[in-house]
Amino acid sequence: MSAKDRSKEGSMKAITANRLRDGEVVFLGEGGVWVESFAEAALFPRAEADGVLAPAKEKAEREQFAVDIYAFEVVEQDGVPVPATMRERIRTAGPTVRLDLGKQAA
Amino acid sequence: MPLIENGRIGEDAWSFIPDGEPVPNDRPVIISFERWQAERDSFDGRNAKLGVRLKSGTLAGAIAADLDRFALVAVEFAKFRDGRGFSTARELRERYGYTGEIRAVGHVIPDQYLYLVRTGFSSVEAPEGTNPDSWANALTEVTIAFQPSLDDTAPLSLLRRKLKVG
Amino acid sequence: MNHIAPGARAGIYHYDEIDRQFVAERVEQFRKQVDRRLSGELTEEEFKPIRLMNGLYLQLHAYMLRIAVPYGVMSATQLRKLSAIGRRYDRGYGHFTTRQNLQYNWIKLEDTPAILHELAEVDMHALQTSGNCVRNVTTDPFVGAAKDEVVDGRVYAEILRQWTTMHPEFTYLPRKFKIAISGAESDRAAVRIHDVGLLARRNDKGEPGFSFYVGGGLGRSPFVGKLVREWVAQEDFVAYLEAILRVYNQYGRRDNIYKARIKILVHELGLEKFTQEVEEEFARLRGPKYRLDPEIVEGVRQHFAPPPFEELPDHSEALERAKAADPAFANWLAVNVAEHKAPGYAIATISLKPAGGIPGDATCDQMDLVADLAERYSFGELRVTHVQNLVLAHVKKDDLYDLWKRLDAAELGSANAGLIGDIIACPGLDYCALANARSIPLAQAISARFADPLRQRTIGELGIKISGCINACGHHHVGAIGILGVDKKGTEYYQITVGGDPTLTTAIGDILGPAVTETEAVDAIEAIVDVYLANRSDESERFIDTLKRVGHAPFKERIYAAD
Repeated sequence: MSAKDRSKEGSMKAITANRLRDGEVVFLGEGGVWVESFAEAALFPRAEADGVLAPAKEKAEREQFAVDIYAFEVVEQDGVPVPATMRERIRTAGPTVRLDLGKQAA
Repeated sequence: MPLIENGRIGEDAWSFIPDGEPVPNDRPVIISFERWQAERDSFDGRNAKLGVRLKSGTLAGAIAADLDRFALVAVEFAKFRDGRGFSTARELRERYGYTGEIRAVGHVIPDQYLYLVRTGFSSVEAPEGTNPDSWANALTEVTIAFQPSLDDTAPLSLLRRKLKVG
Repeated sequence: MNHIAPGARAGIYHYDEIDRQFVAERVEQFRKQVDRRLSGELTEEEFKPIRLMNGLYLQLHAYMLRIAVPYGVMSATQLRKLSAIGRRYDRGYGHFTTRQNLQYNWIKLEDTPAILHELAEVDMHALQTSGNCVRNVTTDPFVGAAKDEVVDGRVYAEILRQWTTMHPEFTYLPRKFKIAISGAESDRAAVRIHDVGLLARRNDKGEPGFSFYVGGGLGRSPFVGKLVREWVAQEDFVAYLEAILRVYNQYGRRDNIYKARIKILVHELGLEKFTQEVEEEFARLRGPKYRLDPEIVEGVRQHFAPPPFEELPDHSEALERAKAADPAFANWLAVNVAEHKAPGYAIATISLKPAGGIPGDATCDQMDLVADLAERYSFGELRVTHVQNLVLAHVKKDDLYDLWKRLDAAELGSANAGLIGDIIACPGLDYCALANARSIPLAQAISARFADPLRQRTIGELGIKISGCINACGHHHVGAIGILGVDKKGTEYYQITVGGDPTLTTAIGDILGPAVTETEAVDAIEAIVDVYLANRSDESERFIDTLKRVGHAPFKERIYAAD
């Protein structure tokens, strides 16, 4: 079963962006605070994510804090939430060909 | 809307008359190119100055034959990234010898001001609330160009030159 | 500014005070633009084209900064500066691209003005390495050294670099615009896959002139450039390009980003109508104002005077001895070294494709080493190739063995230039915001599978080119074997094409069959190679020639037989 199929039911969404001043990948955490680690990202039921995204995006843009703000799918793998797509897995971790770089290296 | 001329906010003697509204005869007005095409005979014998506004897709050739009727040509930028207007102005000046005012209207940013001046624009309609310093800076922050300006008669041989503008 | 002379004998354009002032002004301009963005005066929509025109992209993990290496030539001093920037502002490495540039992957927006300031110290910049403007003009990496050279492409590439820099009319084009110039009998610059490709040649009187090919390009709709004019005299060189750019700026499509390149305009108008528009504009642009003055060409040419070659016999005893004594060196010599026009000298390609490595990546330590070697063996100058390797263009044959030993000790001695291990790969989904699939892991797996240098040499000339999306930065359409990464419901798949050719006999490859997984792709490449080896008439028949002769069927059968 592909990631997409798996995510149809009971999946969640997280909200992400790149920080304007340095480009760092950030996630919307609890209480509307942006965090650098996916482990601290807030997860929203699919139906609620858009409602959270719009004001968070408006605020982050107004404050010149972040750009490219959007929501992405999260699925559970072995009891741990992980991004559904390869693209978002790479953004949360770093390049798969340089494990010494990016968030995975920290 | 603020009018930028010679790097400063200036007085705008012109007003744009939307299609369908009556055109005053006693002051300089700008009409759309579409209206000009449809109602050109109604402007015969007009004494006050007339200007025409070209949409970004309307190229210089479309108005070339009528240029002696206009004291101003306004060239619209639908989006600042749409750079057709730079060629339109250059063609108006260089190919059709137009000497009246060429005005940039629509979406342009101060960072394009030097390019506008160098392709033959005389003035820019800037958005409300624009930062006047940014327009003034735009003409002075880079003082070297690698192409001849429009009014230069010197051959291309002098690839680099100091700019006279600003 | 703390100016550092970039090396007097290097074959680069040497800045004077005016050039330096210009770049310094542009750095300050960008510093203010960054401030205006951070303060909110410029929106992201307005700032994006501005940062792109300064080489700055937003990628998956951070900003990416692409530094211009004009026509791929730089001095050792400049490379050392690139290495220093990579250490200070990035993560200790850089990536050489198919446009002969260098990019860093982990840049902060707030650091960028300082980086540009440091680049300006060695007469470098990142101007127009992105954005919808005329990009870095590329040329033959063997320019000024190749035995088959007719015209020095650097001279005209530099004239275009200057003329297109901050061009007031052509900085907001419908889409990016790439120009390549080749001045030799063999095309090592892939001119017919560029928006404008120029073949420089000489007429009966020995005067230089240009054939203009227009509308080549890869991406979603690949096209081979079409001949628009057979001969444009040197004095009309810039005027003719101006006519092309004006027609494109006015008529190029702006409603659909995938149809905005000049190739689509040429295709939709038809070659005849497009040529007519250009010729009309050109007829008007003739005359003294637009003439390229021969004195200026001479002035630029003087920057590229040959380095002070020693008078040497063409035959080198030292080289012959080393060749006989060290088979690994002999192999490198046969594969990576090309003939030089000066007796006793040779052109050495430094492969950035070690088996299992990341194509085009170089660590800052490697950059420093190459800078040292360039100083020691090649007049302080080096080149970047469009297949993501480096070149030392003027090495004494007597020095080749020493050079290779030093390269080999730093994992830069791979003997695979032009062979199956010399893979072009775009950064792909590991870095790029546009990618659909990863490119690098596949390149690593293939080069590891074919790691044996003798096996590679037995296979012979065979270019593999990999792109992680349809934008085709990895040139997959013109790979003898091309690979395009696609995303199928969240899983990476790879579509294989064969028969592409980037040289003057330019050809777009054909799709062999349905896309396969990464593991299957490596096996499929090996199967293709086996079928080729079994079918070639003799050792001199290249892969693409065998393919032409026997057709796709045997290859398809072997790969898809099990389905």
